[in-house]
Amino acid sequence: MDGLVVTDADRQRFARRHRMGRIALYVLAVLSALAAAGPFVWAAITTFKQDSDLYRRENNPFVFNELPTRDHLDLLLTGTGFATFAWNTLWVGVLVVLITLALSLPAAYSLARLDRPWAGRMGIAIFFVYLVPPTLLFLSLSRLVVGLGLQDSTWSLVVIYPTITVPVSVWLLIGFLKTIPKDIEEQAMVDGYSRVGAMVRVVAPLLFPGLVAVVVFAFTLTASEFIYALAFISPSSEKVISTGVPTELVRGDVFFWQSLQAAAVLVAVPIALVFNLFLDRFIAGFTQGAVKG
Amino acid sequence: MARSAPPAEAAATTREQRPVDLRRRGIADRDGVLSWLLLTPAVVYILALVGVPFVLAVAFSFSDVTGGDPSFDWVGLRNFERVFADPIFWRSLRNTFLFTAVSMLFIVIFGKVLANILIADFRGRWIVRFCVLLPWTTPVALSTITWLWLLDSVFSPIDWVLRQVGLIQSNMFWLGQPNLAMISVIAVHVWRLVPLAAVIMMAGLLSIPKDVQEQAAVDGAGYWRRMFEVTIPLTAPVIAISALFGAIFTFTDMTVVYVLTRGGPTNETQVLASWAFFKGIEGSDVAQGAAIALFLFPLLLAAAIAILRAVRRMEVS
Amino acid sequence: MSTVEVRDLRKSFDGRVHAIDGVDLLTGEGEYLVLLGPSGCGKTTLLRTIAGLEQPTSGDVLIGGQIVTGLPPRARRIAMVFQSYALYPHKTVQANIVFPLRAEGVPPGEREEKARTAAEMLGIGHLLGRKPRQLSGGERQRVALARALVRDPTVFLLDEPLSNLDAKLRTSARDELKRFQQDIAATTIYVTHDQSEAMGLGDRIAVMSAGRVRQIGAPVEIYDDPADTFVATFIGSPPMNLVPHGEVLVGFRPEHLLPVENVSGERVTATLEVQRMEYLSGDRHVYGTVDLGDGPCRVIARLPATVETPIAVGERHDFAVPGARLRFFDAASGLRTEPVRLGA
Repeated sequence: MDGLVVTDADRQRFARRHRMGRIALYVLAVLSALAAAGPFVWAAITTFKQDSDLYRRENNPFVFNELPTRDHLDLLLTGTGFATFAWNTLWVGVLVVLITLALSLPAAYSLARLDRPWAGRMGIAIFFVYLVPPTLLFLSLSRLVVGLGLQDSTWSLVVIYPTITVPVSVWLLIGFLKTIPKDIEEQAMVDGYSRVGAMVRVVAPLLFPGLVAVVVFAFTLTASEFIYALAFISPSSEKVISTGVPTELVRGDVFFWQSLQAAAVLVAVPIALVFNLFLDRFIAGFTQGAVKG
Repeated sequence: MARSAPPAEAAATTREQRPVDLRRRGIADRDGVLSWLLLTPAVVYILALVGVPFVLAVAFSFSDVTGGDPSFDWVGLRNFERVFADPIFWRSLRNTFLFTAVSMLFIVIFGKVLANILIADFRGRWIVRFCVLLPWTTPVALSTITWLWLLDSVFSPIDWVLRQVGLIQSNMFWLGQPNLAMISVIAVHVWRLVPLAAVIMMAGLLSIPKDVQEQAAVDGAGYWRRMFEVTIPLTAPVIAISALFGAIFTFTDMTVVYVLTRGGPTNETQVLASWAFFKGIEGSDVAQGAAIALFLFPLLLAAAIAILRAVRRMEVS
Repeated sequence: MSTVEVRDLRKSFDGRVHAIDGVDLLTGEGEYLVLLGPSGCGKTTLLRTIAGLEQPTSGDVLIGGQIVTGLPPRARRIAMVFQSYALYPHKTVQANIVFPLRAEGVPPGEREEKARTAAEMLGIGHLLGRKPRQLSGGERQRVALARALVRDPTVFLLDEPLSNLDAKLRTSARDELKRFQQDIAATTIYVTHDQSEAMGLGDRIAVMSAGRVRQIGAPVEIYDDPADTFVATFIGSPPMNLVPHGEVLVGFRPEHLLPVENVSGERVTATLEVQRMEYLSGDRHVYGTVDLGDGPCRVIARLPATVETPIAVGERHDFAVPGARLRFFDAASGLRTEPVRLGA
């Protein structure tokens, strides 16, 4: 290597490149945010548009050409089944999350901690189950649901949804468990607790953030599910948001567009907010679960 | 005698004072039994509600079960003959593969770019992350409804912008014209799944040891050389995983097609999943629906094996 | 010219943590400079700032007399070896060594040639087709060195390269490093927390603590004439004894604290109450307390095998330190001060 020669031109070149890089980053970041959230921003605006504003082809869809109105929002909240759907989604979600935790937490602990030789293959089996899609099972499950007498009942979802949430929750929890060092538990066992005692007293508190992440994820999966809800349930009072909104806010050929958009935004924002809070944990759990999965 | 006297004496006395508590070795301590016990509920549940229905689905496809006549009779390959004779089935099969392949390509490219953006440090990163998560975390049906209006044949805001800019005169029929409808379905899939791919790839990018990249910088490699010679080779398994997840979610999706186009116009955008739904639930022909849906399985199996190989490769490097 | 200079360098993270708190440094041409200090003292941050992996909050970095602050690492034309060796795991040894040459645009034939030469020089010519995960720790170090060597560097930075090796390997690896540096004759900056490594390798040592350079000088100088109590106690194993006496601390190295009959000439005597003794590699380490008027203070004396005075635990012995070996430190600031007359 020859001696280093730095000219002012060099310095300017690198400074310029650095600046261009930063600008490109910001531009791309803004574009991505717009492309992703644009539809929701527009939906939020549309919620408050009057019919005469909305149903005019030449009007700018991104501004209020006439005074904004709360009517459609009110219609959504009071004049449709939205409140019912939301309530159904909520209690189904809570129950499904509880069942999911009850099933997946012990399973994950068993696979992550208790070094059984078949643990690896079990993990793979669980992963395979995750890949069997609802679109394959929905027919047999709908017959099953009829057989159980749960046809047209929201309870059918409580029974069936864990099939979607459990496999992926087990995988995530295994990942989170791996981030907790074994010696803490072993210390507890040396100090006099049984394996279960150690699990409850020592591991559970440390696992708490990971548990919350799994709860959020499972709830999101439940709220988003469509095909089972559509296949199993017809009566309006039993529907959840995912199926209720697309089917009930339409009378014949008439779509209540503003209310529909309002529903989309009202549901989208809180979920994304909570998800954003836990994003880093998901990533941690995902990477851990994949390595030596 | 390696030990000097005092330690042995002390140990002996403590042992006498506190004998090992043999009674405490209950279930809570026996790892072998415990591990099975903990695993059983989940396994039983999955077997009952996934394993059994899966077998049932296969059985249904060889039966004559319908919504009106739920009695089970074997009919051999008759369902498959009817399915193969139906041109819409072939259309669905073709669409399923086409949508998946094209979506996967865009999902990986955009996802990689987005992952790099999300990793960088800049002001307002939290807001960008929030915006970028919206397409994926929103219930599918609801986000697709939003697109339903965005692509409306009369009032589409996209068309409005295009008309203002002067690129088109009259509206595009995003959902009414077959090719445009297919593009629309693919676009919604890509829009929805890029955040997921980005998050998975973010995880991969963060797990590359930092010093390898710094070494490349010191060694004289610029941004693009570092990207293509160091970063991408080291994250290849993660990129593969995110591609496969994207493919799986597109391949098995029925919601986007159902809500956006109902499979239309005239069944041009049907995919296997939505067609199975129409036949099986709305048409009440369970047997035929099952036969159609069954074709999803072989490819999913192949994808699953590919993902596992990619994960194995991650551990090695 | 290949000197490295740092002018009034400051680096803080999040505006709070001052990792580098005003450092001025100038290496000689081809000098082997060691940055020594406990973890958190800022030595690695300083090295990374010189490399261009961190940007300083203020101050300048100069290489070969030219300001390089603000330039990315690849524009500074330095070679660097990380603690983990940072070999590209997916590339073969050959591809690893050749990588910087490809980045420079060296044509294929020439770079194969250079790679082979470098590999032969380091005795790893037979490993060119292997992948890093198939190599031992020592072999990996040599690949990292070959990769650096192949660039003909004028500046060479090393970040604790021996820390990941086990103790037995460390000494032989250290010798290899020293020979390597002599071969390439580049200005080398070496970061370590191990003071025996520093003393063995460096032309000069910069002792750092809390983002500042406490003292910089040849190993002998650092050892015999520490600039403050931090340097005095950080260097040397066991560390220098510091006994309070009024407003100063009286310092003397354990090997200079000997039974009174073994010390001639101008000396200071004190009575040592022996509490403990250790036998290490032929030396006797005597632990006890002395009192120079400010109360009893724990000290350590290192008696070489040649001093055969019988000493037992619990006894009181008269010990002495040659006057020329005493060092005085201000008790409040810790800095070296003028000698003080001690009552003999």
